[in-house]
Amino acid sequence: MEQLIDKLKHEIIGVLNLSEMTPADIDENAPLFIEGLGLDSIDALELIVLLEKNYGLKLGTAEEGKRVLHSVRSMAEFITSNKKG
Amino acid sequence: MESYIKGTAMISPQRTFEDKGFPEEVINYTGADYLGCIEPSYRDYIDPMVARRMSRIVKMGVCAAIRCMKNSNVEMPDAVLAGTGLGCLEDTEKFLGSIFNNAEKLLNPTPFIQSTHNTVAAAIALAIKCHNYNATYTHRGFSFESAIQDALLQLAEKPEANILTGGFDELTVNSYHITKRLGMWKNHPVTSLRLKEYNTRGSLPGEGTAFFMLSGIHGSHDIAALKAMRTFYKPRDHHEIENHLDQLLGEAGVHLHDVSLMMLGVNGDPSTDSMYYRLMSDRCNRLPGAYFKHLCGEYDTASSFALWLSAILLKNQVIPESIGLTGNLPGVLDNIVIYNHLRGSYHAMYLLSRC
Amino acid sequence: MQHKVVVTGIGIISAIGFDTKGVMDSLQAQRSGIGRLSLIDSVYKDEIPVAEIKATNDELLQIADPGITGNYSRTSLLGIIAARQAIAAARIDVSAPGRTGLISATTVGGMDRSEIFYRGYLSGSGKARLRDVVTHDCGDSTEKIADCTGIRDYITTINTACSSSANAIMVGARLIREGKLDRVVAGGTDALTLFTLNGFNSLMILDRNPCRPFDEDRNGLNLGEGSGFLVLESEEFACRENKNVLGVIKGYGNACDAYHQTASSPEGHGACLSMLKALEVAGLAPDAISYINAHGTGTKNNDLSEGVALETVFQAGIPHCSSTKSYTGHTLGAAGGIEAVLSIIALQHQWIYPNLNFARPMNELGFVPVTAFVTGIPVNCIMSNSFGFGGNNSTLIFSRY
Repeated sequence: MEQLIDKLKHEIIGVLNLSEMTPADIDENAPLFIEGLGLDSIDALELIVLLEKNYGLKLGTAEEGKRVLHSVRSMAEFITSNKKG
Repeated sequence: MESYIKGTAMISPQRTFEDKGFPEEVINYTGADYLGCIEPSYRDYIDPMVARRMSRIVKMGVCAAIRCMKNSNVEMPDAVLAGTGLGCLEDTEKFLGSIFNNAEKLLNPTPFIQSTHNTVAAAIALAIKCHNYNATYTHRGFSFESAIQDALLQLAEKPEANILTGGFDELTVNSYHITKRLGMWKNHPVTSLRLKEYNTRGSLPGEGTAFFMLSGIHGSHDIAALKAMRTFYKPRDHHEIENHLDQLLGEAGVHLHDVSLMMLGVNGDPSTDSMYYRLMSDRCNRLPGAYFKHLCGEYDTASSFALWLSAILLKNQVIPESIGLTGNLPGVLDNIVIYNHLRGSYHAMYLLSRC
Repeated sequence: MQHKVVVTGIGIISAIGFDTKGVMDSLQAQRSGIGRLSLIDSVYKDEIPVAEIKATNDELLQIADPGITGNYSRTSLLGIIAARQAIAAARIDVSAPGRTGLISATTVGGMDRSEIFYRGYLSGSGKARLRDVVTHDCGDSTEKIADCTGIRDYITTINTACSSSANAIMVGARLIREGKLDRVVAGGTDALTLFTLNGFNSLMILDRNPCRPFDEDRNGLNLGEGSGFLVLESEEFACRENKNVLGVIKGYGNACDAYHQTASSPEGHGACLSMLKALEVAGLAPDAISYINAHGTGTKNNDLSEGVALETVFQAGIPHCSSTKSYTGHTLGAAGGIEAVLSIIALQHQWIYPNLNFARPMNELGFVPVTAFVTGIPVNCIMSNSFGFGGNNSTLIFSRY
């Protein structure tokens, strides 16, 4: 799980162009939106694309999206529990 | 109507952002295919969490706008106006590329959002939380002039307003190659400070971002007065060009012999530079001529560089040798006429005065 | 001295009609132009409904009949068609005395052809014809309209996303008001493109069904294409030439939401400001407005933001209100121009348009849009909203002459 969390942090930094940050700067348990990193609706869309592109996982509803994208850890847990095989 | 330039900021291929008037040392680009901007340190002006999404042109626009506001001592402009010929090219190209590379699936939305022409004016408004009038003009060689025209209209409606008005265009690798194939640029490397000497077809591409704070009320720290401006489209002959010059001067009650300097958009392409030289030899043969595109290159909103340059020359009364084109440069500058055209179709004239 | 600005001609082409008559027939019959994408090759052809004009570029070229050989993007053909209709309706002779301007607007410009160019260019296949990219920039379609209509005195193009042509009409009106021009052909044009289809799809705001503005279950917008132009003149000029006056540009307002790059503020701050400014310029109280042609795209965000703003501005009660985007789709840069034409038609015929596809009121709002085609009540003043990405909010007010 920790390996996945670290990988996710690198991917998030890349896709959201957080060039001033390193993985160490991101707290995997902190909220990603509003507080914490303070991401917005465009970032949410980018993360949805990331999940589908890199992990083949699609989010069903906006509610599910809110839950899954809450933090890096919740994203990692979603990926792990939906891994095929 | 007369308006006043309270402050300016210029990002260009010269060290113009340093606010020291005309740069002490002019950069001579040798073996150049194009002139690219010397970019400021963006983190001094824009929060990295905001800048992360912005392309070069948007960052340059926001920086120049903020600097212009600081130079003008204006915290909140009454309007934000912008002119750009080609808009945010880099993000347009990025999004297009992604459509084709990914067969329309799983596309990142950020470049699409950033590709609209009004992104710069919107980003400026967002940065300073300005809820006032906001518009972007995008009509080739009239893009910047349209923004100025709207600014003058705003000031006619409300003279005490402060109108933040800018012109910008960027060059990308792709846009350079495409416009090269269209035959717009010289087929050989250029030494920029010798641009006027080449007798070969085409000119030298450039880019830049300029912002001005315009007001209808004269203040003691104003840089220059913009007394008149006019645009005309595909003039039929040189008589029409001379008529426009007469009308420009007539509007402001200025005589031709009171013009200290003609600032011309000579870009090194003999086929279209002939219009400038004809005007100089026929009507303005007693006036000294200067040019500016060897400093900034050719782009749709290059006249904004000319406006910046002419304004600071009038303010500082220091005239660098490097801009001389024809005749002897004057010792004193009272009135400057800017005459620029894009590809012989989009013509603009400005009358700028010391104030 | 400020001149009164009147409307003497209108021109339109959209998915619901190729001219004013065709559009009027569809409006009355409540016939929407939203359907299947057929002219662009996209993987979303059968998935994403659009309001497409059922005519190929060759067919549009026949209709436009520009009289000058050249490279014409779909956007410029639509613009030529609508602008020429407006000029003919207003009986304008550009060679007669008077300063005539053309202020057009577009967001995509010639992208319908540029994307063909870029596909070949970016892949390095060598299959990229330069003539497909020379029409790329926004100014191209305006220039094509100028060249084939002979307008030379003042020409420009505005791009403020979805409020573009509303701003074009506003600037045209201001130039006449201040005596800079005597008449202005003002409006906008936009064609459907792979670029915008994919752009809006990446933002996840395209409804897979026909859009439902102001409905609780709304799920996004449908893209459309088209062009709408007005001929504006100073009243003095119009009367001198005995023109038939269709309406008055009574008020206008432009404000910036300055909240986010794409989303509108929850309280609709920018929208409130543009509406209040327009009322102020018009010298009217909110209760003078007979009908509001809302921006009403059908997205969760816009309709809530605009709805809240309407309730803030019209505190004593919202007049008849509807979005016509369920007829025409969201025509982006052309929306303001197209909806201005619809507003002038409504003033002339005393019509109020239904908000098609409406079923459930939004929980957050206290009003519902008009759902029937209404006639027989006085329509004296119409407010038209156009709100764009970047927070560019514009409002126009038209009144009877």
